Amino acid sequence: MKKLIAVITLALMPLTGMASGGGGAPLEMANIDLNNHAAIQRGAKLFVNYCMGCHSAKYVRYKLFTKVGLTEDDIKDNLIFTDSKVGDLMKIAMPEAEASSWFGAPAPDLTLTARIRHGGADWIYTYLKGFYADPSRPMGVNNTLFPNVGMPHVLWEMQGVQEPVYKYEVHHDGHVVASFDTEAAADAYVKEQGGEGFRMERVVASLDLVQPGSMTPAEYDQVARDLATFLTYIAEPMKLERQRMGVWVILFLVVFTVLAYLMKKEWWKDVH
Amino acid sequence: MSFMNWIDERFPATKVWNEHLAQYYAPKNFNFWYFFGSLAMLVLVLQIVTGVWLAMMYKPSAEDAFASIEYIMRDVDYGWLLRYLHSTGASAFFLVVYLHMFRGLIYGSHRRPRELLWIIGVIIYVAMMATAFMGYLLPWGQMSYWGAQVIVNLFAAFPFGIGEPLSIWIRGDYVISDATLNRFFALHFLLPFVLAALVFIHIVALHKVGSNNPDGIEIKQNKDENGIPRDGIPFHPYYSVKDVVGIGVFLIFFSAIVFFAPDFYGLFLEAPNFEPANPLKTPEHIAPVWYFTPYYAMLRAIPPMLNSQFPGVVVMFAAIIVFFFLPWLDRSPVKSIRYKGPIFKVAVAIFVVSFVVLAWLGMQASTPGRTIAAQIFTALYFAFFLLMPFYSKMDKTKPVPERVTK
Repeated sequence: MKKLIAVITLALMPLTGMASGGGGAPLEMANIDLNNHAAIQRGAKLFVNYCMGCHSAKYVRYKLFTKVGLTEDDIKDNLIFTDSKVGDLMKIAMPEAEASSWFGAPAPDLTLTARIRHGGADWIYTYLKGFYADPSRPMGVNNTLFPNVGMPHVLWEMQGVQEPVYKYEVHHDGHVVASFDTEAAADAYVKEQGGEGFRMERVVASLDLVQPGSMTPAEYDQVARDLATFLTYIAEPMKLERQRMGVWVILFLVVFTVLAYLMKKEWWKDVH
Repeated sequence: MSFMNWIDERFPATKVWNEHLAQYYAPKNFNFWYFFGSLAMLVLVLQIVTGVWLAMMYKPSAEDAFASIEYIMRDVDYGWLLRYLHSTGASAFFLVVYLHMFRGLIYGSHRRPRELLWIIGVIIYVAMMATAFMGYLLPWGQMSYWGAQVIVNLFAAFPFGIGEPLSIWIRGDYVISDATLNRFFALHFLLPFVLAALVFIHIVALHKVGSNNPDGIEIKQNKDENGIPRDGIPFHPYYSVKDVVGIGVFLIFFSAIVFFAPDFYGLFLEAPNFEPANPLKTPEHIAPVWYFTPYYAMLRAIPPMLNSQFPGVVVMFAAIIVFFFLPWLDRSPVKSIRYKGPIFKVAVAIFVVSFVVLAWLGMQASTPGRTIAAQIFTALYFAFFLLMPFYSKMDKTKPVPERVTK
């Protein structure tokens, strides 16, 4: 029996190995804190100023932000630039068809991005920091996490301009067998190996800030973190509330179960 | 008790109470595995109650469905709780039912005289799968849409020219659309009540033949002078108080998921389903929810023959239908695994491993290696059933005791 389990486990090892392979660029940790209401407020302000030109958050009501310390007047004065009411949904005026013709795809609604994207807040944080100059793209920028994204880098004035530092990876049989700083070195390696079955791929190794923006890198990181916090919050505004409630529910159930067990024991005394 | 007399002369309240609870004698040696029947009933009630409340706020139209769920999650008081209870409940339902079926399998609860009881149970399982499948379309997310598309397309694989019209008849359209969503909602609302009726029939059948037990002994064959089984105890209060403990433990685990991990790492609520259905954008990787993935893996494991997916569809449905025949496949002279020999124990282990591995494979994108693995485990899954008449007969058995053991 034990032998059998061992044999089956061993037989499956290569499968699990394959499962862990693949996947996109590594994510940077955003380290967000949903209890940080100031971060959510700053994120909200950034969102309505920089994102809402194209992206809606159409399942969220402006009124939601009364739960993170804003008054209705704060919301009216700082977050609403249209004739929307505080109780309205955060919709935008841009029709999807126009967005498609401008950016190649409609700008998606961002309400649930933190739940759709694998990694959530970390994905958003990495994405916002991953733009780099790429003249071959229609908007002049590309993204390390989301290659060939249609979106322009709307926060570039804060961050500045980043340029990519490339490395050249040589693939063989689906594995990276060598990595070089220059294309010529990689080419030479492939020639040396005989060339058959080798494939070279240019990847972004790191990003260089070539033109500083209005912010320091640390300040820009905070902007990306605030937006990640905000988007995580609106994706599931009740998250902290459900966790708080869950503690009480489980405490109750533990007490209930202990009492139920004592009752069962009492009733079952005469069963032998 | 003159009030009860008044009732009893007009409705057999006391008689039903006694026959099914206070004087229904169940074997005294039920163990851990016997909690899952009552837990399945609890979850069914939970699903019906939360489902009815969700239906008060949900809008079954392609235009509004996704937004109405977000409305429930955000604007309805405790709507998020109702929704998470319902979505977690769906997975919990399958989990407890799988464990309940496994209990029947190892202790021989499908054997004579309980064949019909088992068959009713398999019908319940099939009805549950239909209910869950239709319910999964309702959030109208990407996975809802494309999952339904894939499954309904299976029906299009039927040969003799009936496949295509059949799939259009199911969808009410050429693709999954508003019409499909509407009818799936209607059926998703109806089927749980059919399930409740089937559960009632399941219990009527159970109380006719009596409960099996971990020893696979018929307690009715050993009665005392009052006609009460010597190894039996009244279901109420003994098992009613015991099941309450099981319910408590279950609810602790259940609440831990509802309140702390409602999407359960993408297994109970899949990430692509937070994106509204888009008929023009196929997700990179379509996988059904975990409780369907063993069958999905089998479907993908079978290569198309004569340009038709039909063989895969046949294998997938056969994997479910084979459960109906279990009472006649098992030829062992004993019922319970406790008195069966090593061959049966190994066979059960292979079956469990196959089911779990197929479930895992069904969630992954396919690769040539995984397809071969799925083919091997599909073969093992069927071998467990189809070879059972032979290995259960030749297996060595131990003598079964007269009375139940602890």
